[in-house]
Amino acid sequence: MASAKKSDVNLENAMVMADPALADWLVAAPLILGFIFGAICLMQRKNVLLQTRIALFGLLLMLIADIGLFINVWQNGTVVMTMGRWLPPFGITFAADMLGATFALVAGIVGLAGGIYALSDVDSTSRRYGFYPFLLLMLAGVTTAFLTGDIFNLYVWFEVLLISSFGLIVLGSERRQLDGAIKYAFLNLVATTLFLIGVAYLYGVFGTLNMADIARKAPALQEAEGPHFAIAIMFLFAFAMKAAAFPLNAWLPASYHTPRIAVSAVFAGLLTKVGVYALLRIFLTMFPADRDELGAVIAIIAALTMLVGALGALAQTDIRRVLGYLVISGIGLMLAGLALGSETGISGSIFYAAHSMIVMTALYLLAGIIGRLMGTFDLHKAGGLYQASPWLGALCLVLAFSVSGLPPFSGLWPKVLLVKGSIDVGAWWLAAAIIVSGFLTTIAMVRVFSFSFWRTRAEGLVEIGPISREGRIKLYAALGLTALTVIAGVYPEPFIQVSDRVAFELTHPQTYIDAVFGGNQEGGGQ
Amino acid sequence: MRTLIFRTVAPYFTSLMLIYSVFVLLRGHNEPGGGFIGGLIAASALAIYGVACGVSPVRRAIRFHPMAIAGFGLFMAAIAGVMSIFVDVPFLTGLWIYPKVFGVELKLSTTLIFDIGVYLVVLGSITSTALALEERERD
Repeated sequence: MASAKKSDVNLENAMVMADPALADWLVAAPLILGFIFGAICLMQRKNVLLQTRIALFGLLLMLIADIGLFINVWQNGTVVMTMGRWLPPFGITFAADMLGATFALVAGIVGLAGGIYALSDVDSTSRRYGFYPFLLLMLAGVTTAFLTGDIFNLYVWFEVLLISSFGLIVLGSERRQLDGAIKYAFLNLVATTLFLIGVAYLYGVFGTLNMADIARKAPALQEAEGPHFAIAIMFLFAFAMKAAAFPLNAWLPASYHTPRIAVSAVFAGLLTKVGVYALLRIFLTMFPADRDELGAVIAIIAALTMLVGALGALAQTDIRRVLGYLVISGIGLMLAGLALGSETGISGSIFYAAHSMIVMTALYLLAGIIGRLMGTFDLHKAGGLYQASPWLGALCLVLAFSVSGLPPFSGLWPKVLLVKGSIDVGAWWLAAAIIVSGFLTTIAMVRVFSFSFWRTRAEGLVEIGPISREGRIKLYAALGLTALTVIAGVYPEPFIQVSDRVAFELTHPQTYIDAVFGGNQEGGGQ
Repeated sequence: MRTLIFRTVAPYFTSLMLIYSVFVLLRGHNEPGGGFIGGLIAASALAIYGVACGVSPVRRAIRFHPMAIAGFGLFMAAIAGVMSIFVDVPFLTGLWIYPKVFGVELKLSTTLIFDIGVYLVVLGSITSTALALEERERD
């Protein structure tokens, strides 16, 4: 692997005096915009209408910045900016490679969709208690976690997004919300603590927290054995917990169905994926050798996560809980690519992660719409929706097919890549797990569909009215996301191109190191 | 808690602590101190006032909602970082100016603006929590 090559960096300059290009600011833009608009919203807490407009404008600007960053990275390679003019290992570096830029872009889309949906889902009391500021700050935290190039800084953004998510999950202060919030908060804090301890050990061993610097020094320390492997395991444990991988998945279905749907949707789209991102970054950029050793373990975790998630989804009667288990099942698929470590596998993982962020958010939004129409999320009491709104049924079916990985929607292609990657290395059982979990997901989703749409409405339940004018906004948010999954399914070529490029960069960490250290390298390089 | 002595002394305490918090904030660039600890001192000053004289006088005295103060602090800190875009240096680079006021050279920087932002964020968020807790106690 390319990272085995030793590269020297001249650290005598200490500061970078070259002027950063204006485009480099895009790497910090989501953070700046999120914080500035979040702060303005906080100042306008009484004026709910104005606050909402400002927040949506901020979300839109963040998405535009994400798009700009993505285009910039696609054309010019990794964008790097080190805060306060310091040279990379001393200052805090933000480095957007294709992985970070892609995830940031999808996060921007999900955030905007959640913000639009919330227009008719989140009442003005919750808005006064800070729905939009929390959403903006959480999105800033998530996006910057994808873009930072410093592992302690990654911890900071984890904290930012966690604290904002605590705020979001208790909005409304119902009893079951507090119950869900406590489980969510406690288990996440345990994982964060482990992560922090891991970072402390890492600093003790490497004397640096810059990801590129660690990646540069890792091969030399690999031979020294020592606590290196233990640190890797600690990170695996911490982030597997954050990503809700089996057997650390219990917190997710226990908490994701309690908050408002807009909040659940954004959580399902973003939060677990930050854990997956951290795993990819740590095990592919920083410790590729440890990944090679842990590959089998990660593969087993991945297979079990997919199956447990899909089986759990089958057993639930609350639509939102079904979706919670499907989020877990998706995490298994993303881990499968990490376990394979081949470019095909990683490419499949990246594509699947982007697909899952979009589709899971859309599914939660859809669940919110049909739950509102039926007056319940309980499948036992569901039914009769098809007569009320056949188009909604079509939307539900599209998303159900997409999440199960059936053609012609976006779930299919990443699964093809992952199955191909598994068979290439002879891991037939992993391929089987992917296919079986897809099959189980299909059953779980068809169950939701047939219970809530095809079954005639039982006697004595409230009549299903048409979607209100306000409710249309919700539908637009869900439709927008669904359109993306259809496009990615019918015309996957550019999407696969992107994920292939991400996979190439991840399997060649030297490109990341070179980009971060830029002109200060001597002798190293490619 | 609302004894006569405490109620008489608390306003003086509060004003002294607020002045001291500003001193700690300004001292912070080169010596121990800074926005965070200054903000904590200021927040405890308001908390003492709240314990002694009740929460509504505090809310009246600070005019703005504590969360709005915190929001303004966050805004200031972010703006302080962004200023470096105008002189072509990376985000959060400290920029300095040295104006002479009455013959004394003042060292002003974006770092100071950032630190005042931190001061306000800490002041606002801790005060908000403290006042909420003090309000509950009376119910």
